[in-house]
Amino acid sequence: MSIEIANINKKFGAFTALQDINLTIPQGELVALLGPSGSGKTTLLRIIAGLETPDSGQVSFNGKDIADKSIQQREVGFVFQHYALFRHMNVFENIAFGLKVRPRKVRPSKGEIEDKVQELLRLVKLDGFAKRYPGQLSGGQRQRVALARALAVEPEVLLLDEPFGALDAQVRKELRRWLRRLHDELDVTSVFVTHDQEEALDVADHVVILNKGQIEQLGTPEEVYEHPKNPFVYNFLGNVNLFHGRVQDGKLHIGSLEIDAPEYKDSPNAEAISYVRPHDIEIARNPGEGFIPATILFIRSVGYSVHLELRRGDTEDFVEAELSKEQYKELGLKTGEKVFVKPTGLKIFVPEDYSI
Amino acid sequence: MFLPGFTFKKNSIIPGFGLTMGFTMFYLSFLVLIPLSTIFINTAGLSLHELWGILTAPRLIASYKLTFGTSLAAAAVNAVFGFIIAWVLVRYSFPGKRIIDGLVDLPFALPTAVAGITLTTLYAPNGLLGKFLALFGIKAAYAPLGIVIALTFIGLPFVVRMVQPVLASLDKEIEEAAASLGANRWQTFSKVIFPEVVPALLTGFSLAFARALGEYGSVVFISGNMPMRTEITPLLIMSKLEQYDYGGASAVACALLIVSFLLLLVVNVIQWWHQRRYA
Repeated sequence: MSIEIANINKKFGAFTALQDINLTIPQGELVALLGPSGSGKTTLLRIIAGLETPDSGQVSFNGKDIADKSIQQREVGFVFQHYALFRHMNVFENIAFGLKVRPRKVRPSKGEIEDKVQELLRLVKLDGFAKRYPGQLSGGQRQRVALARALAVEPEVLLLDEPFGALDAQVRKELRRWLRRLHDELDVTSVFVTHDQEEALDVADHVVILNKGQIEQLGTPEEVYEHPKNPFVYNFLGNVNLFHGRVQDGKLHIGSLEIDAPEYKDSPNAEAISYVRPHDIEIARNPGEGFIPATILFIRSVGYSVHLELRRGDTEDFVEAELSKEQYKELGLKTGEKVFVKPTGLKIFVPEDYSI
Repeated sequence: MFLPGFTFKKNSIIPGFGLTMGFTMFYLSFLVLIPLSTIFINTAGLSLHELWGILTAPRLIASYKLTFGTSLAAAAVNAVFGFIIAWVLVRYSFPGKRIIDGLVDLPFALPTAVAGITLTTLYAPNGLLGKFLALFGIKAAYAPLGIVIALTFIGLPFVVRMVQPVLASLDKEIEEAAASLGANRWQTFSKVIFPEVVPALLTGFSLAFARALGEYGSVVFISGNMPMRTEITPLLIMSKLEQYDYGGASAVACALLIVSFLLLLVVNVIQWWHQRRYA
């Protein structure tokens, strides 16, 4: 089922939670709503579910307006961050709940419910746990029960509110990959809310980046990571180095550095901010074209890559760099040494269209 | 050997198990165990034959029936309406909510005799409320109904104060989860909310019931104390004492005590079983 969201506005008192949101989620996609806390992502999800009503605007499923449908009638599966399992029911009863509360005419028989629950238990890899109570399960197991419970009613739309937010890093990673596979197996449109950019970029087909109640950018993980539309998105998706400078005649000046910026050829002399990802910082022993002097302050060589913190010789600003283990060994860098750095892949923003 | 449940000491930030436990034992002995044991000691002076005679006197049997019947009825009424009051106080906000919240505790603070006299005046056949009941041929004061009213009054806070915090602590998300699974309002209430509240409701019920069994002050005024008809057991204990029949009074007290103790035990066992299931 496709979801169309048109001109949604929502205020809580004086606080604007959502402002003029337009978004279309095609059938069968797994979409992440990504943003910092207070960005309105959960509110948007709750409006789609029918747990919250928008002040204005329209939500449609398959092109049909569903404003007059209550949450019970929308037939969406909803998974909460803190599981919201029924404590007094065991795993079996929790999963069967959605089937048992159906009106008698459309309620499956006892045997059918039993089969369905067993099938779901296998799907979420919890066979043998039917008789356990939620209190006897780990966080990851509880969230899988919650997912099975939501899937029992065979929803065409699956909505997940920070589903892995309360779990530890290892389980989180495992579960989100598993969710991706599950989504591909089922014929379902899924929307999940997260504030973890890694999680969103890892599993989603499309990422919607929200900030202050508005959509900053919408795109595939590659698009939003490689071509961020504005400084907020750039900043939000991973570590960045910030360089203050000026653009003039198609050139960017950062301190003593001069870099070609053909897209700003016609723009007048203006202040500019440019961003560079740590892995786009080149380090060399000897000065060269486009290199600026810097001092190594700190080296952290845990994991696949080596992180360095440097201070620029010309402006005293800090620069973060990331090298591969091989590069690091080749250069033989040590703390306190003077080296030369060169920013590549600069992303330039001229700050008249935004404020920071 | 390690026996779980029998570890007396554990390293803790705030030690003092010995001192506090000692105090607890001393305090409880002084206030509860010693006074209660004298009842049994007094009763032990009677022969079995005498005991049986006292405990099965028709007037006493009638009083047992009345006491347990009215206490049970009052506790049941409190369970239903106390739940509704707790629900309203937790779920909705309205002007004067704090005042109503405070009113709930009033039966605790009011001397029971005052409550008894007030209720009697109101529910007497010529009283403000009794007049209307008389129109329908219902007799409240000087009848078992009056006793139920008095016992309901004094037991109300127990249920409300037990249920209220549990209702308040319920996560809104479980209701939303139930609704998203297609449950209507009644199903959400009966299958999701109510079962969570049952243990607290049971505790409130049993406290109100136990309190009603021993209630004396408010009931003696409204009941009329007619032998065989509206005489409660605590009143019979009192009248035996007035006749210097200490043995008989303690025998009846013993019987009342044992039965209430058993009832409370049953409720506790139900609770314990209930909690263990989803610990």
